[in-house]
Amino acid sequence: MTICLIEDRFDPWVEVSQHHQTRLRQQNHCGATAVFVGTMRDFNEDTSVSSMFLEHYPNMTENQLHIIVDQACEQWQIEDILLIHRVGYIYPSDAIVLVATWAIHRGDAYDSNRFIMEQLKSSAPFWKKETVADSSSVRWVQRNTDGYTLKKTETEL
Amino acid sequence: MAITIRYFASLREQLGVEQLTIEADHIKTVSDVWDQANPDTPLPDHVLIAVNLNYAQAQATVRDGDEVAFFPPVTGG
Repeated sequence: MTICLIEDRFDPWVEVSQHHQTRLRQQNHCGATAVFVGTMRDFNEDTSVSSMFLEHYPNMTENQLHIIVDQACEQWQIEDILLIHRVGYIYPSDAIVLVATWAIHRGDAYDSNRFIMEQLKSSAPFWKKETVADSSSVRWVQRNTDGYTLKKTETEL
Repeated sequence: MAITIRYFASLREQLGVEQLTIEADHIKTVSDVWDQANPDTPLPDHVLIAVNLNYAQAQATVRDGDEVAFFPPVTGG
C-alpha cells in the first residue's frame, strides 16, 4: 500500500504504470485494476476558476488516509493500493487525486476504489480555496457533494 | 493544564488565529476548550474536531498536552 501527498504536478497514468511494473509485475494473480483520477475543473458553481490552493492538516491528513485504506483492506480482498493526493497550488486539468486498487477479482477492485474515494471526500482533512478567474477573488469551497446522493438525483432527473 | 489549539481553512481566517496554547485547570472537554478560547462565539454546528490528529466529538475529554483542532467540512479529492 502506498499513500503520499505531493506538491508537484504528477501524471496519474505514469504513476499507475510504474507502480504496476515495480510492485505487481511478479504477482500474476491480480486479475483486476481499478483506477480513479480526480482532475481540477476550470469551473465551479457556474463560475470560471483559474487556480486553487489545497490546504491540509499535516500528519492528520496522512493518518486519516491510512485509516481509510485500512478500512478498505478489512472489507475487500485487495492486493495493493496506490493513493496520491496533491496539496498546495493546483491548476485546471491538473490531477488532484489518484486511487488505484489491484485485486484478484473486479468486484473487490471496483468497490474498494469507490469506498476509498467517498471516504476521502467526506473525512480526509483537505480544504480547497479557489481563485475566481474573472475577478481574481478567492473563496473557500464549502463542502463536498455526496457521490451516491448525486447519482440518485441525476437518475431522478 | 496546557492545550494547543489549531484552526484550519475558513475557520482560521474567520477567527484570525492559526494556533494558540491555553492554560486552565477547569477544562475537561473539547467544548470547554472552545469556550475558553472563544468566549463570545458558540461552537458552530458544522465545525469538525480532532484531538491529537484523530476525529473527536465536542464532549470528548482532553488532557494536559493535547492538541485540539477545529476545522470546517473537508473538501478534498
